[in-house]
Amino acid sequence: METIWFGISAFVLTMYVVLDGFDFGAGALHLFVARDDRARRQVLSAIGPFWDGNEVWLLAGGGVLFLAFPAVLASVLSGFYLAIMLVLWVLVLRGIALEFRSHLADRMWRAFWDGTFWIASTLAPVLFGAALGNLVRGVPLDADGWFALPLFASWTTTGELGILDWYTVLTGVLALVAIVHHGALFLAWKTDGVVRARSLVAARVAFPVLVLLWIAVSAATEVVVPGWFDALLSRPVAWAGAVLLVAGLVVSARARATGRDRAAFLGSCAFLLGALGATAAALHPVLVRAAGDASRSFTVENAAADPASLAAGLRWWPAGCVLALGYFALLFRLHRGKIALDDVDD
Amino acid sequence: MDDPLFWHRLQFGFTATFHYIFPQLTMGLALLVVVMKLAALRGGGAAWDDAARFWTRILGLGFALGVVTGIPMEFQFGTNWAAFSRTTGGVIGQTLAMEGLFAFFLESTLLGLLLFGERRLGPRRHFVVACGLLLGSWLSAYFIVTTNAFMQHPVGHALAADGSYQVGDLAAFLLNPWALVQVLHNQCGAVVSGAFCVASVGAFWTLRGEHADVARVSLRTGVIAGLVASMLVAFPTGHWQGRMVAAHQPVALAAMEGRFESGPRAPLAVIGQPDVANRTLDNPVRLPALLSWIAYGDFSADVAGLDAFAEDVWPTNVELLYYAFHVMVGLGTLFIALMGLATLQLLRRRLATTRPLLWVLALAFPFPFIANTAGWMTAEFGRQPWLVYGLLRTADGASPTVHAGATVFTTLGFAGLYFVLGVLFLALVGREVALGPHGHAAHSAPDASAHAEDA
Repeated sequence: METIWFGISAFVLTMYVVLDGFDFGAGALHLFVARDDRARRQVLSAIGPFWDGNEVWLLAGGGVLFLAFPAVLASVLSGFYLAIMLVLWVLVLRGIALEFRSHLADRMWRAFWDGTFWIASTLAPVLFGAALGNLVRGVPLDADGWFALPLFASWTTTGELGILDWYTVLTGVLALVAIVHHGALFLAWKTDGVVRARSLVAARVAFPVLVLLWIAVSAATEVVVPGWFDALLSRPVAWAGAVLLVAGLVVSARARATGRDRAAFLGSCAFLLGALGATAAALHPVLVRAAGDASRSFTVENAAADPASLAAGLRWWPAGCVLALGYFALLFRLHRGKIALDDVDD
Repeated sequence: MDDPLFWHRLQFGFTATFHYIFPQLTMGLALLVVVMKLAALRGGGAAWDDAARFWTRILGLGFALGVVTGIPMEFQFGTNWAAFSRTTGGVIGQTLAMEGLFAFFLESTLLGLLLFGERRLGPRRHFVVACGLLLGSWLSAYFIVTTNAFMQHPVGHALAADGSYQVGDLAAFLLNPWALVQVLHNQCGAVVSGAFCVASVGAFWTLRGEHADVARVSLRTGVIAGLVASMLVAFPTGHWQGRMVAAHQPVALAAMEGRFESGPRAPLAVIGQPDVANRTLDNPVRLPALLSWIAYGDFSADVAGLDAFAEDVWPTNVELLYYAFHVMVGLGTLFIALMGLATLQLLRRRLATTRPLLWVLALAFPFPFIANTAGWMTAEFGRQPWLVYGLLRTADGASPTVHAGATVFTTLGFAGLYFVLGVLFLALVGREVALGPHGHAAHSAPDASAHAEDA
């Protein structure tokens, strides 16, 4: 049952990356692919119906970890205290930028919120990517399962640890590039005209960088966590993830080149799904790796809530998840088709 | 400055208080918008539709602020109260996860449709969307209040071998009697906040002689809903809440009332200043035997004073608890009087011409927010020194590895950020009020409704 909840946690957080990822990517790109107010509003109309619901997957992920692995939630959130607070402020500013922008037609007002939205949308994927890098690299858990990390220390993965080191910065950059690629393909799918054309260019430029970075991070992970590939190879789920990842990359590139916008975006979704799925499978049963003494790592066995709590959660969680997926199916159906530049109100 | 516990409490208290300004507004407005749309559907006239549209715009702004200030709350359990989260996550993680799954997804799906989908959906389906949003936002309140109720009066849990609390009986935890009473009391309080805002803007427009039709229906909705909700806050829900405190937190009741000595025929202290050092209530005005009746339904019942309890289970700030409670009750009583008077004038068809009363109504809107805040301060200070009543002390719940300096820094950061958000919110709402129900602001950006018609 612990492993079921590990799977649920991985699923919810992956949904968060795939869904909120496209609006973060759109936010990181919009200053470049949408140069005037009308085009900006075309971008915002494309993500407008979705972004708020997408962000709920993060809260849902927090809820799942709280319920199923409270020790992990407690240790990680307090151990990364200042970094988490930065992420929260970035999310607050980002939401406000999206909501407040439209209320005044003033040029400087809109430029200010566009800039805020861009900074927040760019910074957050880097921080989230670095966070995942930290979990893979390991954190200095003490005997009671607590730790505190400075923002940076020696910049190495073996000396004094910090949240940022060469490896976690690399994973942060990979996350940003993956999200920009993802967002570009979403915008290409959901817009027309200049924004679509520029988004396709952005995706084309991001694609080789993404592939190279992905290879670099994979190699670096084997250096930082020796035995990583063995762990991947020994798990069938990781194999499935790897196949999905490669297939997603291939499909997204080919569909982009042949103008099948939706297929290209779905390819990018498959890539993210495969990459995160394989990572989760390789980590299992570890949730948070302890740097140094491996016996202190949080695993599904020692970090899970009591079976009674896990069983209670399973009684309602599946129904809630089906409901949530239903809302998203409804949203995507209601807002199907492209946002045409000509349809954006003056 | 170097006590991390103080800063954790200050930070959580501040961010929660600021956050809750917005949900109480939107939960109240959601109900009133449903009422207005219902009146419009039943042929009440265009003014009801215009009023519903205007208040939906304010609802949208409030929702935006509620969402962004709510995100930190969910994570502050882990960042600031890690030991508490680890000890009780198996239990309260249930309701926090339910809130995301059952309430937030529903709200986030429907809000866009409510704000931008009226033309496309048509009046009936748009009304259903408004009802759905009302359901989502009130469900969210239920899950959060149930989480809080576990901290106030833990039930349905079991102690695991590792010292953590786990679900013993999920139904008992979800149907905690404290939660059921508190959620009713709380929702009535939220409707008071929403109603006072609606009445205030209606009064403001009436005083200025603007937007006569929408002003009239806003005033009418706000005043009647304000009276009904103010009365329900006090009786029966406030009364039930008092009984609940008397039954499960008698030491908190004693502190709320500044009652230092036990005894029968306990009086109710209307006014007075608690002097904890000398264990007296200075300059009191008391109503004899009323507290005994409120607490136990019997004028001669024995009501324990603080002297009946060891000092290490007294609420840690008796004075603040006392004043918070009295501010809440005092304001609540004034609300009933004000809205009662306004309803009387409304029934005599003289409200629109009673300018002094309109002035009071126009300026009264901040006070329900103060009363709701004071009410939550009563609940939370009354819970001290416990984080989970009788099970886990607040001092044992904070994050062990977070330094006070980090918490001071982030508290200042939140203060600055939230100050800016508050100013922007007031400016944008003020602008909507100044523009009036017909002055459409530029709401084009997230409007995806237009394109779906073509698709």
